[in-house]
Amino acid sequence: MSTGNMNLTLKVWRQKNNKAKGNLVDYKLSEISPDMSFLEMFDVLNEQLINKGDEPIVFDHDCREGICGACSMYINGRPHGPKEGITTCQLHMRSFKDGDTIVVEPWRAKAFPVIKDLTVDRTAFDRIIAAGGFISVNTGNAQDANNLPIPKLQADASFEAAACIGCGACVATCKNASAMLFTSAKISQLALLPQGQPERYRRVQSMVAQMDAEGFGNCTNTGACEAECPKGISLENIARMNRDFYSAKFVSEEEV
Amino acid sequence: MADFNANIPEGELTVKWTKLRSSMPLVNPANKRSIEIVVVGSGLAGASAAATLAEMGYKVKCFCFQDSPRRAHSIAAQGGINAAKNYQNDGDSVYRLFYDTIKGGDYRAREANVHRLAEVSANIIDQCVAQGVPLAREYGGLLDNRSFGGTQVQRTFYAAGQTGQQLLLGAYSALERQIGMGKVEMFTRHEMLDVVVIEGKARGIIARNLITGELERHFGHAVLLGTGGYGNVFYLSTNAMGSNVTAAWKAHKKGAFFGNPCFTQIHPTCIPVSGDHQSKLTLMSESLRNDGRIWVPKKKDDPRKATDIPEDERDYYLERRYPAFGNLVPRDVASRAAKERCDAGYGVGVSKLAVYLDFAANTERYGRIEATKHNIHNPDKETCMRLGREVVKEKYGNLFDMYKQITGEDPYELPMRIYPAVHYTMGGLWVDYNLMTTVPGLYALGEANFSDHGANRLGASALMQGLADGYFVIPYTIGSYLSKELATKPIPLDHPAFVEAEASVKSILDKFIAIKGTKSVDHFHKKLGKIMWEKCGMARNAKGLTEAISEIQQLRKDFWSDVRVPGSTDEFNPELEKAGRVADFIELGELMCMDALNRNESCGGHFREEYQTEEGEALRDDVNYAYVSAWEFKEGISFELHKEELKFENIKIAQRSYK
Repeated sequence: MSTGNMNLTLKVWRQKNNKAKGNLVDYKLSEISPDMSFLEMFDVLNEQLINKGDEPIVFDHDCREGICGACSMYINGRPHGPKEGITTCQLHMRSFKDGDTIVVEPWRAKAFPVIKDLTVDRTAFDRIIAAGGFISVNTGNAQDANNLPIPKLQADASFEAAACIGCGACVATCKNASAMLFTSAKISQLALLPQGQPERYRRVQSMVAQMDAEGFGNCTNTGACEAECPKGISLENIARMNRDFYSAKFVSEEEV
Repeated sequence: MADFNANIPEGELTVKWTKLRSSMPLVNPANKRSIEIVVVGSGLAGASAAATLAEMGYKVKCFCFQDSPRRAHSIAAQGGINAAKNYQNDGDSVYRLFYDTIKGGDYRAREANVHRLAEVSANIIDQCVAQGVPLAREYGGLLDNRSFGGTQVQRTFYAAGQTGQQLLLGAYSALERQIGMGKVEMFTRHEMLDVVVIEGKARGIIARNLITGELERHFGHAVLLGTGGYGNVFYLSTNAMGSNVTAAWKAHKKGAFFGNPCFTQIHPTCIPVSGDHQSKLTLMSESLRNDGRIWVPKKKDDPRKATDIPEDERDYYLERRYPAFGNLVPRDVASRAAKERCDAGYGVGVSKLAVYLDFAANTERYGRIEATKHNIHNPDKETCMRLGREVVKEKYGNLFDMYKQITGEDPYELPMRIYPAVHYTMGGLWVDYNLMTTVPGLYALGEANFSDHGANRLGASALMQGLADGYFVIPYTIGSYLSKELATKPIPLDHPAFVEAEASVKSILDKFIAIKGTKSVDHFHKKLGKIMWEKCGMARNAKGLTEAISEIQQLRKDFWSDVRVPGSTDEFNPELEKAGRVADFIELGELMCMDALNRNESCGGHFREEYQTEEGEALRDDVNYAYVSAWEFKEGISFELHKEELKFENIKIAQRSYK
């Protein structure tokens, strides 16, 4: 089915389930087209494995256009591979050379246990959002949207933070497996908006508490998260979160 | 036959919804606490419904096959969401949004539903802003709008090219809030594999835990499906890889009629197919048609680079054929026009199955405005282009980057090459005005139902409908059913209907593994997609559809005797999941072709080559086909047609014109 002329060696992490011990397995691939996406190359490999009677490699993926945040491969030591500003599904084989050896592993973090092969459990992120990543407004409570003008620059900054896709690359690349970039992005999105003010300090405290409870590590300002984030979420968000977290301690109990 | 009454409220169109809402039976707060609702799907419709119903006090269980509700495919919607706010003071109104939507749907949607949609559209924007959804704003701090196809006002709200993401994350936040409060129980990586019907009413579901493979029984006083559309029946579409028809199809097989299955939206501006390896297609937002001009060379097989072809040798065929709407004609019209040019031999690119979407003219125009702002007099073309590029980048940057990443070409320098691709399905489970299917207690919301878009959906209306259904319609309409269910105690999970449904799901899963054939699931899916695209795609005819039906029947036999599903049922097994979905797509594909064959007219996205005007426009037959096809499933895989007549009391039904 493939039409290209690239030959590759893949070393892929295989692990039967979360209790089994995993290991890297070698696969040879030929006739790979440079126009294929990285995941389409995996489709080709899986088709070959199925035809041989082997079990295909399990990996998370869905939209294949860089927005759902499902895909999560750690490629040659980098989350989402060698290129900046994209997810694994947006990576194309033209970013590799004929004859390359490519090592593919799952996200590695205590809070992201492996489920099978390259698939990990990222529900910790959902629990962080459930702890406070929202504005408490029931359906039907809203006023007319234009009754609350918001300066464009502020709205744009909020949007920049809201662009996070929750893929977990920040955690995977961090030597401490910290979820500070993810958590701070949601905190910043809401802290930058007037609607987010009433719960601002309660929010930062409960989200940080949940983040710690999930077993994510601390931030040591290395900045790898920002560098590897496919959506360019800024480290400034972490600074803002820390500021709010400490400010919250000076706000009276009642206000929090 | 199941209850087949649209239950449209009496009275004037403009007061139907208000009156119904005020007279709808209510469920008091104490009783809500003991009523359980199952919501399947966590996209815009599912998440907004689950969150809102939980806020009201119901006990909600919500299911999604993804690892998080935030990854539902609504996340990928790009361009925007319509609302009749008239913030731009350009003459918009509830009536105009209603009218545009009915006309855009080529007069094949229900008036009352569409009017309600237009009425609640404004509330959606208010709700989303209150939740902290960062929609685009102007410097004055107020919300910005842009234009979309099929309308002449600016009513589309947006967040760069990521509107679906931002709206879904708003609904997801509301849902997570309820999960955190213990009012919604969330089941991620769970797939619904059957509806449990007891004494004619939907009473729960059978779901498979995708990690352990365990089958689970879940009771609900009512079951809501917000499970999206079925565009992946074509294999290649802009849908996510996991998007599927299974939940809706299982409901169909349990008695829910399927409405207008052949109404499929082919979106005009997608990145063309590049080879056999392709697993999905990527959309370039309709918002690009605000500033992009679509053209092909006037000369057949013109070998020149796009930028070397002079202005007078270009055919801006949409502007030529439809001067009033130009590049902003509805999607079905734009797609067909592109196909017409390519079929006639004017296509561009290697495959010749592409047309240009060119931003040069508007980039220069923006640059000229910028130059004036910066007091640069008589700027040269290069300066204009440089300044204009910055403006274009701010408006569409992420889309341009996406295009470059996929094709390896820079759209700031060269026009984009685009071609139509399957994007959305207007058809879906038939529902009445209350969004209830023909199975009492079973509801369908968002793209999963058939209700609001007729034969063609206008851009930026899918997000509007998903959130309207979830936030503002179902929370009210479900009360009229549940108020009669107060005496129903939770049904024990060992009830024979649950046992039987689980056993039948299990036997199907076991069968997939037992076939041990020679071909992968994808092999069959691709074959199905090819049949559907060639014979039930952008243009259809009786001969092709008849052939397609027998080819699909044969494919079904081959699938059930030769598919190879590795692994076992009691583990995380994506190939097994795919097998179930493709089995359902094959049955659906046959029904789509039957529906297309039955409808001897052209309307919206359904274009039967036998029925066209002299100018090649869709030729409707309002005397014989002004109805919704609602198909009933019969054992042994056959389908019986029922018709819901469409009455147009407020809009004069007419030949659709965008000229």
